[in-house]
Amino acid sequence: MSDAIPEFSKSRSGAKSGDGQDVSLTNLSAFASGPGIQSGKEVAAIVAVAVIIIGGIELALRLFHVPLYIMPPPSSIAYALFDEFPLIAPHLGYTLVELVSGFAIGAAVGLVLAAVITQFPFAEKIVAPYILLLVTTPMLALVPLLILRFGFGYTPRIIAVALAAGPMVMINAATGFRRVDSAKIALARSYGASTLQIFWKIRAPMALPMILVGLMIGAIFGLLTAVGAEMVGGGFGLGNRLTTYSSMIQMPQFFAVVLILSMLGILIYVLFFLIGKKWASWEA
Amino acid sequence: MNTGETTAPKLGVQAATKIYRTASGDLLALDRCNLDVRANEIVSIVGPSGCGKTTLLWSMSGLHSLTGGEIRLDGKKITGPHPDIGIVFQEANLLPWRNLDANIRFPFEIKGEKPDRAWIAHLLNRVGLDGFGGKFPRELSGGMQQRAAIVRALALKPSVLLMDEPFGALDSFTREEMNRLVEEIWLDTKTTIVFITHSIEEAIFLSDRVVVLSARPGRVAKEYRVPFPRPRSLEIMATREVFDLTNRIKMDIVGERAAPKPTEQQRGSAEIVRIRP
Repeated sequence: MSDAIPEFSKSRSGAKSGDGQDVSLTNLSAFASGPGIQSGKEVAAIVAVAVIIIGGIELALRLFHVPLYIMPPPSSIAYALFDEFPLIAPHLGYTLVELVSGFAIGAAVGLVLAAVITQFPFAEKIVAPYILLLVTTPMLALVPLLILRFGFGYTPRIIAVALAAGPMVMINAATGFRRVDSAKIALARSYGASTLQIFWKIRAPMALPMILVGLMIGAIFGLLTAVGAEMVGGGFGLGNRLTTYSSMIQMPQFFAVVLILSMLGILIYVLFFLIGKKWASWEA
Repeated sequence: MNTGETTAPKLGVQAATKIYRTASGDLLALDRCNLDVRANEIVSIVGPSGCGKTTLLWSMSGLHSLTGGEIRLDGKKITGPHPDIGIVFQEANLLPWRNLDANIRFPFEIKGEKPDRAWIAHLLNRVGLDGFGGKFPRELSGGMQQRAAIVRALALKPSVLLMDEPFGALDSFTREEMNRLVEEIWLDTKTTIVFITHSIEEAIFLSDRVVVLSARPGRVAKEYRVPFPRPRSLEIMATREVFDLTNRIKMDIVGERAAPKPTEQQRGSAEIVRIRP
């Protein structure tokens, strides 16, 4: 009896052009218009610029006799990466275990909470400030406390990663689930769809692009938190390598670890970029 | 309103009343609206914007509940979405994450039925969308999207097709093309069609009857019979009769907008109309 009026006015002005736009403007351009390489000429240009920059740094550092402990030249970093890799590799493994398990827990909880909470707008209003608090609080701050409670093992780190990733996934997924297109829901209802069918066939696919954005941001925040937690305490993980190498002033090795971390971050980005391209390209 | 015919209406709207409860107070969108649509008939509903056309159509589809009155399909009261009623929405309303085939399969998925492949293939061929099954909506023009939406609505073989300003967003050439397509499909299937539009020309070209709704609250103000034989050519649209009819309907709508609120006397007479066997 009290269904809302606006479907016609809304779907006239907004449904087609509007709702695609607001998402692509904020985040989705990352999926849609990522840098694509088209020709051999472009590849050559990219390589040339990389050679000039890295070579230039190498040359400058050697020319001005910059001490190794301030900035090691790229060649020595590359050498350290190969030389120390057998030693660093297990730590990469530890970090990945923390990242993957913490992220999986956080993302799963975040997704379920987002799907449930968006069904109840009133509850959402009450919960919103706490979610915001979780998103904005750096979870690293809790690590010393978690270590006190759980010791120096995996547990405090996995908890910290889950706490960092979960709210990021949740807040983005909730934005996705809130994108209600009443015309599409009416379409499903006109065929007698149940609430569950509407969720899986309309709401979930519609939220997917925003969910992927949330997962990507959550994974990157998880990586930051994992490394940060490793730097605080416990004798393993890439973060621990960073503190160890810097305390021993082994700068080439230190930067080798930094390089691995950047690669990890890029890997996460590319992974979700490809998933988005495959499953959410309709948004563009 | 039934001119002498004894057959029961396919779709009977009786004293349909709809009140929307909004933050700024109650809004009477439909006021004791009466309308009979006979089987195999095409009826267009026109009226000033915001007169409750879409509300009436959504109530016919069972997607909206009425505040008062009732709508009957084949004599049975409509209480919710009905498998015998197909809807074509404004701006196609295809699901952008599904290709055309998957969009047309959607109703069957919801119902847990196997799609009728031969019938769908026939419909796709009818609307000229052969070989486009793998395309996504964004890859198609507005006209093609709306063709696909018509196929989706007809795929379940409804006996009534409700069309809610389906071609409002299309350019006038595409619109004429789509109008001819609707007539062809109607000649093919004889599906009862209720068609909402802003375009009087479109209403006249397509309909057996054009119903004019009054400005909010919506009620049936006038009704015109369109006597031209089918298939109708676009030349008919240039005749004197069509020109006069168009102008009369236009005056109804424009006059409505300027007219004062219905007097108590008029309201009373409407009430008398409402009470009938």
